[in-house]
Amino acid sequence: MTLLDFARGPGLQGAWLIMVAGTAWRVSGILLLRQRSHLAAPRIGFAGRVRVGLATVFTRFVPRRTFWPRIAVSVGLSSTFHLGLAVIVLGGAPHILLIHQFFWLTWPNLPKGLVAIVSGVTLASMIALLFRRIYHPVLRLLSKADDYLSWLLVFLPVLTGILLSGETIASYSTWLTMHILSVELMMVWLPFGKLLHVKLAFFGRAAMGMNFARKGAAT
Amino acid sequence: MDPTATLGEVLGRRGFGRRSLLKFAIAMTSSLALPPALAPVMAANLAKAKRRSVIWLSFQECTGCLETLLRSSSPSIEALIFDFISLDYQESLMAAAGADAERTLREAVSANKGEYLLAIDGSIPVKDGGVYSMTGGRSNLGMLTEIAADAKAVLAIGTCAAYGGIPKAYPNPTGAAGVEDLISGKPIVNIPGCPPLPEVLSGVLVHFISFGRLPELDELRRPLAYFGTTIHDQCYRRPFYDQGKFAKSFDDDGARQGWCLFELGCKGPVTHNACASLKWNGGTSFPIQSGHGCIGCSEPDFWDAGSFYTSLAGGSSAGWRNTGIALGVGVAGGLAAALSGRRKST
Repeated sequence: MTLLDFARGPGLQGAWLIMVAGTAWRVSGILLLRQRSHLAAPRIGFAGRVRVGLATVFTRFVPRRTFWPRIAVSVGLSSTFHLGLAVIVLGGAPHILLIHQFFWLTWPNLPKGLVAIVSGVTLASMIALLFRRIYHPVLRLLSKADDYLSWLLVFLPVLTGILLSGETIASYSTWLTMHILSVELMMVWLPFGKLLHVKLAFFGRAAMGMNFARKGAAT
Repeated sequence: MDPTATLGEVLGRRGFGRRSLLKFAIAMTSSLALPPALAPVMAANLAKAKRRSVIWLSFQECTGCLETLLRSSSPSIEALIFDFISLDYQESLMAAAGADAERTLREAVSANKGEYLLAIDGSIPVKDGGVYSMTGGRSNLGMLTEIAADAKAVLAIGTCAAYGGIPKAYPNPTGAAGVEDLISGKPIVNIPGCPPLPEVLSGVLVHFISFGRLPELDELRRPLAYFGTTIHDQCYRRPFYDQGKFAKSFDDDGARQGWCLFELGCKGPVTHNACASLKWNGGTSFPIQSGHGCIGCSEPDFWDAGSFYTSLAGGSSAGWRNTGIALGVGVAGGLAAALSGRRKST
């Protein structure tokens, strides 16, 4: 069995099962945590809280105007990187094929050239964010191994994907193997580190929005 | 054929002059990716070369490789090169049978000790003492070991001989293996393919006859000149891949327009062979040109590398049952962690 065969077979299966089990463990653990009981009466009803919760998922994409001067660069870079990843994963033809194979969902792919440009921009924004994390005194203090590992495990699939798409330096099969293996590493780590925000960020925002709405606080 | 005659003499008698041999040498140097300046040297060496003994053993195989090589092309200098080798033993082609055939083999080995080329097609079963394929009461493994010992070099012809091929596919009931897994200390050239391209064999033979050594090989012991690039790199549909134009089914509009077959499972991007440039049946066509994706038959373990119709972007699924079990295990773990947390906090 070649490394590529392993990556497309047992490696992919193992990474998927670890990601599913790990995510279920984390999410069920959070949901089953003891909730503090609310002593005050809710300011608005359940339907209103759901509406505010859903709205919060989107309103939190845009920071408060007060903070803009301080965080414009980091928000710009982060947004570029996250949007870029979304375009790559949801717009790249091979990724749509993979999703279609496992979940029967499909949609038209973006042109390869456009995805390549977005990939380059995404990679550049990731490098800029890493430098910022290293050189910003507060961020550096706050950063732990999980932050750097999570960055690396997202960076490697983007880098190998670009090299695979360009078929440069090494052969297609080498980059395909490296790309799939790097994605599998990310899948394995995803539930256990900060990468889990891929799955929890929207739920977290919604829960926070609902909680604030219950208390009558602005979100 | 006079065994002392040189190739130049044989070709001359058949109406091929020095000029024809030079043209052939130019074509072969180009095919073997050698410098053009070597063409006259190759032509001169070929003209002086004498017949080289080849012993061909067929093991666990379907005879497809031999059929392909026999039907390779119309009479040409390439065909004469095949004539020019002295095929001293080949069970399917030789007239002798039984004890006579065994004697022929012994005589060929003894008369050309250390000088003959050993060609193998088919994998070698090694499980249970190799009983799954025997010739004259001897196992394939025994014959290979004995006859390879005095060979100048070993040519593993076809994917079965090179890497085990289809007989080695899971669950490999006969313990099939390729030549390189069983023989050491001998130059081995793998000419994989199911079947292999005849031009590759003629190229290897011409190189060996001309220069007395084997051509440059890649890490899988394949002639680099023919296996140095992928089908994808040479494919005439490659521009469609770059433009993102893919056939979605074998009879859709994209397929009719000759778009890339990547999404239909083509393994061209990871398959090293010369099908897209040399093509088959005298340069007529090759699988992708006839509308089917490459199945990657010249790569090791191609039969076990997933469906021919799953694109390289896909992989094998863990299955909904295993996913359900993983989900259950995860939820159980989360429940245990939450209960433990509650107990600690009270």
